Amino acid sequence: MGHLLRYLFEPGFFSSGPVHDALAVGAVVAITSAVVGVFTVTRGQSFAGHSLADIATTGGSGAFLIGVNQFWGFLAFGAGAAAFMEMIGVQRRRGRDVATGVVLGAALGLAALFLYLSTQESSTTGASFTILFGSIFVLTSSTIPALIVSALLALATVVVLARVLLLSSLSPDIAAARGVPVRAVGTAYLMALAISVALSAVIIGAVLSTALLIGPAATALRVAKGPVRAAAVAAGIGVLATWLGIVLAYDSYYWPPAGRGWPVSFFVVTLIVGSYLATYLRPRRQRAVPETLDTEHACSVA
Amino acid sequence: MFSGLMLNTWIAATAVAVIAGVTGFFAVLRGSTFAAHAIPNGAFAGAAGANLLGFNPFAGLAVFAVAGALGIAGLSRRARSDVATALTFVMMLGVGALFVSWSTEYAQEAYSLLFGEVFGVASDEVLPIVALGVVSVAAIAVMFRPLMLSSALPEVAEARGIKARRMDLAFLLVMALATSMTVPVVGALLMFSLMIGPSAAARSLTARPVLAIGLAVGIALVTVWTGIVVSYQTNWPLGFFVGILGAFFFLAGRAYRAAARSLRPRRA
Repeated sequence: MGHLLRYLFEPGFFSSGPVHDALAVGAVVAITSAVVGVFTVTRGQSFAGHSLADIATTGGSGAFLIGVNQFWGFLAFGAGAAAFMEMIGVQRRRGRDVATGVVLGAALGLAALFLYLSTQESSTTGASFTILFGSIFVLTSSTIPALIVSALLALATVVVLARVLLLSSLSPDIAAARGVPVRAVGTAYLMALAISVALSAVIIGAVLSTALLIGPAATALRVAKGPVRAAAVAAGIGVLATWLGIVLAYDSYYWPPAGRGWPVSFFVVTLIVGSYLATYLRPRRQRAVPETLDTEHACSVA
Repeated sequence: MFSGLMLNTWIAATAVAVIAGVTGFFAVLRGSTFAAHAIPNGAFAGAAGANLLGFNPFAGLAVFAVAGALGIAGLSRRARSDVATALTFVMMLGVGALFVSWSTEYAQEAYSLLFGEVFGVASDEVLPIVALGVVSVAAIAVMFRPLMLSSALPEVAEARGIKARRMDLAFLLVMALATSMTVPVVGALLMFSLMIGPSAAARSLTARPVLAIGLAVGIALVTVWTGIVVSYQTNWPLGFFVGILGAFFFLAGRAYRAAARSLRPRRA
């Protein structure tokens, strides 16, 4: 038994400070992303979620340029973009995607400029890589409280709004008829989304935070019945994938070919996509549209 | 500005703008904006892999772009398409992160693949870019009518025996083809802005498809050419100007449509 544990966990795994921080923060972020993600998938806003992550990249590179901690840059740009998207957002899904795409395109242009300017100053291109793909083992301990507080804020927002949010996601007309302020709820939700995306951008990088947001939620919605159970399953999958990813990345330090360790983000993404694909192995249930909750649930929560 | 090496840049950028205008129009019309973002970005992982194994980066881009198109189309059969796109995309990026971490000197190249290196187009790169551009425009021209019908009126198309799934796959493959040639020039992140901004602007200016495609190509050309000139003068990255101009044209198109709409009742 001891042998097996030694085999699973490289010596020093449990005594390493950065690993402790990574495990704790990783779990908090995975839970937040997964719960927010259930609504993102239900509302069909995967693209918006991903775009917020990319736009947060712009903030991250801007923060790098002026020498502030990246997290604040991620957060400021994410929240700003969420507000802007809601402002120019159209009701129809296609129009919304185009509006999202245009905001994203402009933000990426800015990111290119910021990164260019910072390479002019310090001649390092490593920064762009850290921002895009993240590095969980180099969390600075001063940001950890901020990370956890904002995660709880996002989580609380979504939990408090859960009922109205679900109703307005599934059937905006019924929601509006019942006096739910659909737009205000949508904006609050987008803010929570921006926060959770900024958080996971710190952990596995802006580009891959989409994995934590969409993957566990999509998997959970395929196997669990009802929104509450789906959120719980999603949180479980997210935490497991993150922890296992951290363990594997730590173990991979001596793996070929480079001998420098494989990236955490690769393991996390592979585990998440793998768990999603595994749901295909189950016999299909009778459900008209997969990955979504039906109006039955909308009426049951209302 | 029009010397030997810059001539390559002008030709390649022009080809990229034409292809972006044509495929972008359909991407906007079909609502596959997310796929238009995911395929070029994910394909970057292929270039990283090819670099690692010592192959031509074009080959890696093409393989990953096609694999991405197949993955999105395949997963969409049983899942919502935005979820399918997101998961295919993150998987490709995850593999890309792995490849990049294996190679030692790749960071600089990763930057140029993501954000483009339009001023470094070599002479022997121009021909494949133009050739692939011609092929993808020809492919769109050949399937123009069924593609148009299935994009604008999916139910009617289905009734006439046009398989929506097959059309979707065909379009994604053309987009993948277009991507593998354009990514090294404008970069993965900005190829997307060039596809969406001009096409969305063109769509708000006119409802007639052929005219809209022409306009989209025109706006994309203006965007890229202006971008090259300003970028040449200021040394700032081309991607910045492409992204900002794309958003500007989109907002201008929206403003034009809003103005036209508010004027119409008065005329009547």
